[in-house]
Amino acid sequence: MADGTPQVASAGGAPILEVRELVKHYPIRGGLFSPSQMVHALDGVSLSVARGETLAVVGESGCGKSTLARCIIRLEQPTSGHILLKGADITVLAGRPLRELRRALQIVFQDPYASLNPRWSIASLIGDPMRLHGLVARGERRGRVASLLETVGLGPEFMDRYPHELSGGQRQRVAIARALAMQPEVIVCDEPVSALDVSIQAQVINLLKRLQRQFGIAYIFISHDLSLVKHISDRVAVMYLGQIVELAETRAARRRVLHPYSQALFSAAPVADPQAAAARKRIILAGDVPSPIEPPAGCRFHTRCPYRQDRCAREAPQLRAVEDRLVRCHFAGEPGFPPETSA
Amino acid sequence: MRRLTTFWLRYRRNRGAVAGALALAVILALALLGPILYPTDPFDMVGRPFSLPFDRFPLGTDVAGRDILAGILNGGRVSLLIGVLASLSATIIGVALGAVAGYYGGRIDDLLMRTTEFFLCIPSFVLAVVLVAIFQPSVVTVTVAIAVVSWPSVARLARGEFIAHRDREYVQGCRAIGMPDWEIILLQIMPNALPPIIVVSSLMVATAILTESGLSFLGLGDPNLVSWGYMIGVARTVLRTAWWMAAIPGVMILLTVLAINLVGEGLNDALNPRLRKR
Amino acid sequence: MSAPVLDVRSLSVEFESTLGTVHAVRDLSFSIGEGETLALVGESGSGKSTAAMALLRLIPNPPGRISSGAVLLSGRDLMALSEADLRGVRGREMAMIFQDPMMALNPVYTIERQIGEVLRLHLGLSKSEILAEVVELLRLVGVPAPEERARQYPHNLSGGMRQRVMIAMALACRPRLLIADEPTTALDVTVQAQVLDLIHGLKEKLGMAVLLITHDLGIVAETANRVVVMYAGRKVEEGTVGEIFADPRHPYTRGLLGAAKWEEADGDLLREIPGTVPSPFEMPSGCSFAPRCAEAIPLCRGAMPELKDVAPGRQVRCFLAEGRGHG
Repeated sequence: MADGTPQVASAGGAPILEVRELVKHYPIRGGLFSPSQMVHALDGVSLSVARGETLAVVGESGCGKSTLARCIIRLEQPTSGHILLKGADITVLAGRPLRELRRALQIVFQDPYASLNPRWSIASLIGDPMRLHGLVARGERRGRVASLLETVGLGPEFMDRYPHELSGGQRQRVAIARALAMQPEVIVCDEPVSALDVSIQAQVINLLKRLQRQFGIAYIFISHDLSLVKHISDRVAVMYLGQIVELAETRAARRRVLHPYSQALFSAAPVADPQAAAARKRIILAGDVPSPIEPPAGCRFHTRCPYRQDRCAREAPQLRAVEDRLVRCHFAGEPGFPPETSA
Repeated sequence: MRRLTTFWLRYRRNRGAVAGALALAVILALALLGPILYPTDPFDMVGRPFSLPFDRFPLGTDVAGRDILAGILNGGRVSLLIGVLASLSATIIGVALGAVAGYYGGRIDDLLMRTTEFFLCIPSFVLAVVLVAIFQPSVVTVTVAIAVVSWPSVARLARGEFIAHRDREYVQGCRAIGMPDWEIILLQIMPNALPPIIVVSSLMVATAILTESGLSFLGLGDPNLVSWGYMIGVARTVLRTAWWMAAIPGVMILLTVLAINLVGEGLNDALNPRLRKR
Repeated sequence: MSAPVLDVRSLSVEFESTLGTVHAVRDLSFSIGEGETLALVGESGSGKSTAAMALLRLIPNPPGRISSGAVLLSGRDLMALSEADLRGVRGREMAMIFQDPMMALNPVYTIERQIGEVLRLHLGLSKSEILAEVVELLRLVGVPAPEERARQYPHNLSGGMRQRVMIAMALACRPRLLIADEPTTALDVTVQAQVLDLIHGLKEKLGMAVLLITHDLGIVAETANRVVVMYAGRKVEEGTVGEIFADPRHPYTRGLLGAAKWEEADGDLLREIPGTVPSPFEMPSGCSFAPRCAEAIPLCRGAMPELKDVAPGRQVRCFLAEGRGHG
C-alpha cells in the first residue's frame, strides 16, 4: 500500500475519514462561588485515514485520545472543527442521516465486559444492527449472525449464549462481529485489547488484521501500548494534552521520533527483551501530566521537557513538517535534536 | 427459565425471605379466598357487640356487633389491593419520569427533579390526607393519593440508575449502531436498572398499606368498604376494655408489612448484582 | 548465596464454591534472596495474586483455605504463627503494594496519618519522630515538597504520586520483603517507568527482596532477576530472566513470549496461543495446558507432567522439555 515515498497524509489515495481542527472543551460546573471551568480535551486535532489503513493514536490518560474516538463516531459533539467521511461533512448530522452514517463508522470499546448488554443473547446483540438498519431480512438474520461469528472465529453454538458465559477474548470477538454486521468502512478501536490477557491480545490483534485484509476496513487505533502500536499501525499520531505532537509513518517512528515527548514515551515502554532493556537508556520524565483544565502556556510539554528553553514557555509551537513527518516542537529538525538515546 | 431457577436458588439462601414469602402467600390466600369461604358481610350486625374471640364468632364481634373475622378477611382485600395498585402506579410514574430525566439529563432533568423534590419536601402522609379530603374518599382516590405521594422516591432511584448506565459502554455501543433512544431506554437500560427498583417498589407496598390504614383510621377510607385501618379506628375508643378489637387488625398489618419487608430484602439479595458475584 | 529471605514450599490454596472446590494454587515452591527480584508471571486465573495473598495469610476464610505448604520468612514459618504474631510481620517484615493505590489508601486521612499509623503500630515512634520519618520516607520515594504532601489527602495526589505514597508506606518499617502486585498496571507508561525505576533503586539501596507479580513481560524483562511462570495454578517454568527470554522451555512460556513480542512480527500475524485459560471447574485431565498446546502428544492428555530440574535453578513442567533447547 505504501508507495515508498514518505507521506504525512494517508498513504494510498484519498482519505476515507478526515478530521480537521477538532476542538472539544467540556465545561465542568463550578461550585456556588467558583466559576465554571473548561476542560481542554481536544485542541485542534487534524488527521486522516485511508481505506485499509491503520492510524494509531497514542498517548497517556488525559491526552484526549478517547474523546477523539467518541467525537469521531459522533457519540460526543465537538466544540468546533469538522469530521469528513468520504468527503462529506458529518459534524452536524442528526436524526436519520446520523443513524445512516453509523453504518459506515463503527467502534470497538476497551472493556468487553462493559460493552455488551448482559441481558441479551449473542444472537440479538449481533443481529441488532441488521434489524435497526434493515440490512438483512428477519428470516435470514440468524444465518448471517452465524456467518459473522465464524468470521470472528466463534462457532454458531455461541448464538444463544449470554455475554457472562463468555471469556473476555470471546466477548471482544462478539463486539467486533457486532461492528462488522454494519459492514463499516472505518472502525475506531478504543484500546481494544488492553483489558485482555496477553495470550488473548495476540488472538484479537490477529483477527483485526485479518479482517482489515479481507474487507479493507480503515482502523483508527487508540492505544497506550507502544509496542502494540508499532506492530499494528501504518501511521502513528502521538498526543499530549489534547494536541498531536508528532504524526509519522510507523516505520519512520520506529527508527526515530523527533518530539521530546514521543521520545520519552517510546523509551519508557517496556520491551520484552532483557538484553535490549539493559542496553537501552530510558528517559524518565519528571512529574505528571498537567491538568487539562489549565494547560501550560506556550508549549504544553514544556513543564516536563528535559530540553526546554525560555522560548518554550512563551511561544506555542505549531505542528509543522520536519523531514518525513509532522512535529510540534520549536527545535525539532535542528541538528542533534533531540539527543539520541536509544541504540 | 434457567434465570428463574438461579433466582430461586439465590433467594432461598435468605431464610427470613422464604418465611416472609410463605407468610405473604398465606395472607394473600386469606384475602382472596377468605370472603368466599367465609361469606359473612363485614357490615352485618350478626350478634351481640363485644363478644369475645373463640366464643360464638371465631374472632369475636366489634362495638357494633359485626363479625371481626369477616372484617379481617375483607379488609385484607382492600388493604392489599390499595397497597399493590398504589405502588404499581407510583412505580410506573416514577420509573418513566426518572428514566427520562436520567437518560437525557440537562434541562429535562432539572425540571423533572425540581418537581420531584417539591413532592419530597411535603410530608407525604399530610399530603395524602389533604388529597383524600379534597376528593371524596373512595378506593380510587385513596389509591391515587398514595401513588402521588410515593412516586418521587422511585423517580429518584430510577434517575440514579439511568445516569449510572447511560454512559456505560454498552449503551454507547447501542448509540453507535444507531439504535433509537426509546429502544435504548426500554430494552437496553431498563432490564439492568430494574432490580433495585423492584426491591424498592415491593417495600413500597408495605408503606402504602400503612398509609391506607392511617387514612382509614382517621376516617378517610372508603366508607363502603372495611379495611384494617378502619377497624382499628373503630376500636380505638374501647381500647381499654376490648383491646383485641384493635390488636387483631393491628397484628395483621404488622404481619403483612413484615412479610413484605422480608420478601423485599430477599429480592434485594437475589437481584443485587454486587452480592451476586460471591 | 546466603539463606533466602523468602522460601515458599509446596503452597496450595483452595476455594470452596457452590460448584465445587477450586484449586487456585497447587504445590507452588520458590524462594527469593536478598536484593533479588522474582517475577511471578501469569494470566488472569493463573493463581499468581492468590499466591501473593496467601504469603501474608490474607486469604478470606471461608471460602478460601491454605490447604498445605510452608512460607518461611528469614527461616520462620508464617503458617505456624498466631494471628497476633503475624500482625507483627505484616507491614513490618513483609509489605505489599497493590495495583490500585486509591483502594488501599483511606480517603479521609492525611498522608502523614496513614504512613504514621504504620510507624506507630510497629515501631512505637513518638509524634514528632513520626512527622520527621514520614517526610523522610516521602523524600525517599521521590515525592516533591514532602512536608506539604504529608498534610494532604489521597485525592489531592495524582495516580503516580499515590503509588509513591503506597510504596513509602510499605517501606516505612524497612521490610525485608516487598510484594508488588501489578504495581504499575493502573499507571501511564511514563509514570510506570518512574515507579519501576523507584522500586528498583530502593531495592538496591535497602537490600530488600522483591516479589513482583505481573502479566507484562516487558516489565519482567526490565526489572526481574528470576522468573516463575504460572499457568492454571501451577508453576510451569522457572529460570533467570536471561534463560526464560532466550531459551523458554515450556510451550506456554514460548507462547507468551511470542504473543508479547509485537515488534518482531512486523506486519505479519503474531504467534498466538489458541483458546482460553480453562475454567477452574473444568480442568482438563493431564497437563492443563495441553488443550491449547500446539506440541501436545497423547501423553500430555493423560497425565500431569512433574516439575523437573533441567539445570540448576531451572525447572520446567513439560514432558517435552528435556532434550530441547540449548541447555
